[in-house]
Amino acid sequence: MQRLQRIRSKVAPLLVDNVDTDQIIPARFLKVLDKHGLGQHCFADWRYDAEGRPLASFVLNQARHAGAQILLVGDNFGCGSSREHAPWALLGAGFRVLLGTSFADIFRNNALKNGILPVTLDAELHERLAERLARHPELELTVDLERCRLEVPDEASIPFSLDEFARHCLLEGVDELGYLLARAPLIAQYEAERAARLAAEGTP
Amino acid sequence: MTARTLFRKLWEEHVVSEAPGVPAMLYVDLHLIHEVTSPQAFAGLRARGLRVRCPERTIATMDHSTPTVPGGLAVVDAAGRAQLERLRENCEAYGVRLYPLGAPENGIVHVMAPELGLSQPGMTIVCGDSHTSTHGAFGALAFGIGTSEVEHVLATQCLLQRPAKTYEVRFDGTPRPGVGPKDYILALCARIGVSGATGHVLEYTGSAIRQLSMEGRMTLCNMSIECGARAGLVAPDDATFQYLAGRPFAPQGAAFDAALRRWRRLPTDEGASFDRRLELDVSTLAPMLTWGTNPGMGAAVDAPLPRPEDHPAGPVREALEKSLEYMGLTPGEPLLGRPIDVVFIGSCTNSRLEDLRQAASVMRGRKVPPQVRVLVVPGSQQVKRQAEAEGLHELFRAAGAEWREPGCSMCIAMNGDELLPGQYAVSTSNRNFEGRQGKGGRTFLGSPLTAAAAAVTGRVTDVRQLL
Repeated sequence: MQRLQRIRSKVAPLLVDNVDTDQIIPARFLKVLDKHGLGQHCFADWRYDAEGRPLASFVLNQARHAGAQILLVGDNFGCGSSREHAPWALLGAGFRVLLGTSFADIFRNNALKNGILPVTLDAELHERLAERLARHPELELTVDLERCRLEVPDEASIPFSLDEFARHCLLEGVDELGYLLARAPLIAQYEAERAARLAAEGTP
Repeated sequence: MTARTLFRKLWEEHVVSEAPGVPAMLYVDLHLIHEVTSPQAFAGLRARGLRVRCPERTIATMDHSTPTVPGGLAVVDAAGRAQLERLRENCEAYGVRLYPLGAPENGIVHVMAPELGLSQPGMTIVCGDSHTSTHGAFGALAFGIGTSEVEHVLATQCLLQRPAKTYEVRFDGTPRPGVGPKDYILALCARIGVSGATGHVLEYTGSAIRQLSMEGRMTLCNMSIECGARAGLVAPDDATFQYLAGRPFAPQGAAFDAALRRWRRLPTDEGASFDRRLELDVSTLAPMLTWGTNPGMGAAVDAPLPRPEDHPAGPVREALEKSLEYMGLTPGEPLLGRPIDVVFIGSCTNSRLEDLRQAASVMRGRKVPPQVRVLVVPGSQQVKRQAEAEGLHELFRAAGAEWREPGCSMCIAMNGDELLPGQYAVSTSNRNFEGRQGKGGRTFLGSPLTAAAAAVTGRVTDVRQLL
């Protein structure tokens, strides 16, 4: 997993609530065997017309947002299907940080496992950021995960919270599997104790 | 001892270890996999040189990319075939039991696992598929995971998890004719919205739940994810135990009796408290139909469409406008009577025998108008055999519907079954997101009865007029 410590970037706004993972990556692009190459299909049905030409009205096609690594999203981003292809597609499209007011549970888990940081902002701050970006699309924000702060030009830096374990994994670029594998003896102990308990009750 | 909820009991039984500042390690009893969300997980194992810790706890099926026309692998497209073949190779290499396309046990993962008796009370069950919440109908903690977590479970049989909050939804009352579990869950989604239960595990309680068959409970739990819940639960009771008795993977003989003693301890203790509660009276419900682009955008089938101008300017109004525009619908008008192009009866929500019987009860002796396409897709080979033994396939065909091979079909539209741009469908599946059933397609979600009523009239219809 790619580590994430500090990112300074322009911000692409996608201010729609309840964006589901079918929009982030439509199901017809899930017939793949690996994680790579999905960036081109990210938001395919909002991004291209019927002939496959980019729609100028869609934020990801606009030159002023090119290269943005931060996506400002609405409420309940990533609802619906558990497809991890959604964060793979976002990552492929260059995004490392999502700023929103809430995220769907499974999507949030999947994002964190792929080096994408979902930051939950309160509604008032979110609205203020959206307004500033509307006036100044070139605005660059800095997301500092070491200090858990969001730096907005001409404002006091804004604290955000992330559970310590997820933060550690992102900062170090390590995934959870190493942690789990290192605890194999605990798993074996659990299995043995439970098997004994169930056997005592007469069930397999 | 403190009174505990069903969720708490399931959670505590499966915690391998807990440490401050770290999520708990939760043990997984049953891991279900399919061809679309598993290849990258096996590739991860291979890259790290890992084995599957407990191959006997993982069961594989093929369902998402599979065509629902006869012929199996011979008729699947190249990309789909590559996924199916990769799953077969992975299962062989790692010793995982696979029920491949065409096998008598094959079917949609959330249909075939319960009917084989794999899904049992007290278990933790996961799958790389959000509708894993289905198995909560058995009093199992069942939830969807991503592919990284599929890899974690394959390698360690564990996941890192934080406990969810608990949310009791109590359904009381006796439903009016034409109203059933699909309407209950669509009504709940409409009531609390698509993020109404985020961070929570729902437990469905009340007299109306006790009256439901296991099929009905699966329909209800299946769509828990559509209101954002991590999982949905129904406490096991005699209906659960009768369903399980004699199924191939259920405990047999004395082991079944011992399991029963354990299962009967699972229901939420009297006096246990939930973080949130909601009560719904099913006797007040009408058949439900969604009109918008998420499962929370639904109403009684005979209700007029919402009018964005009734809402103050802001995100709610914008979402209504955007949805109605995508759906090509006029605010304030009725949905009833609107012509439709396709009816889809199937999916992990509503493709079990009881669902097909319900649809058949409306379609018996009636005809599908020639301009309407109706797909009836059984959820598994077993459902297909049972339905054919009852002659349901002949009934559907006589009405003018297509009787297909089992699979996810038009719910996911990645297997050849899809809507054309602009088409309207009444569908028994679980998601009406933009393009979900095919790019540009427009979906109205309803029950098998409501779908069958649309099938034989070619229009959005209140099934109560046909009963």
